[in-house]
Amino acid sequence: VKIRLLYFAVVRERLRRDGELLELPEGTTVDELLDELERRHSGFAGLRAACKVAVNQDFASGEAELRDGDEVALIPPVAGG
Amino acid sequence: MSLFRVTDAPLSLDEVVRAVSTPEHGGVVTFTGAVRALSHGKKIVRLEYEAYRPMAEKKLAEIGRSINEEWPGTRVAIVHRVGVLGVGEAAVVIAASAPHRAAAFEACRAAIDRLKESVPIWKKEVAEDGETWVGLGP
Repeated sequence: VKIRLLYFAVVRERLRRDGELLELPEGTTVDELLDELERRHSGFAGLRAACKVAVNQDFASGEAELRDGDEVALIPPVAGG
Repeated sequence: MSLFRVTDAPLSLDEVVRAVSTPEHGGVVTFTGAVRALSHGKKIVRLEYEAYRPMAEKKLAEIGRSINEEWPGTRVAIVHRVGVLGVGEAAVVIAASAPHRAAAFEACRAAIDRLKESVPIWKKEVAEDGETWVGLGP
């Protein structure tokens, strides 16, 4: 499955990019995607625990399976207002 | 008219008030969140806001719907600014209206509280002695 990742705020700064396209095995879950990001980006391990994940603009659980074309955003602690 | 928006432009309290005002709504309560000069004792130079804009607008609209369900008859409008803001500038404006004042006050308070919990908007505090992403911890 091909997904589009979006990085914001502290995630964007530490990973030095605002997103990327990834191709993952069929059936990959959100948690498995995060494992993969830890392997790819040395700056991500320290942020993982602080981040939620949104799939197609809704918060998703770690067990959620990713589908082709999903837009996946890492959501560090929010601070609106 | 419903109004839940993230914008780069300076905010207008009039705009959110107009969005919730009808002849049936006798009470209108507004909240303006502005950039403070001091944060935890540090002198703030500026705040840099960013948002995951489509999701943020969707979450703002969900807040409006949930408030309308909990306080029937209320209307809420929320506009949040992103980009670089100086001290004193408004980062968010909210208006809540209801037939009577009690529900309008409660709805307005609920709107800003929920915004801070769940809407994907971030801010970096740039102080005289360095910068931090708010909420990330030390």
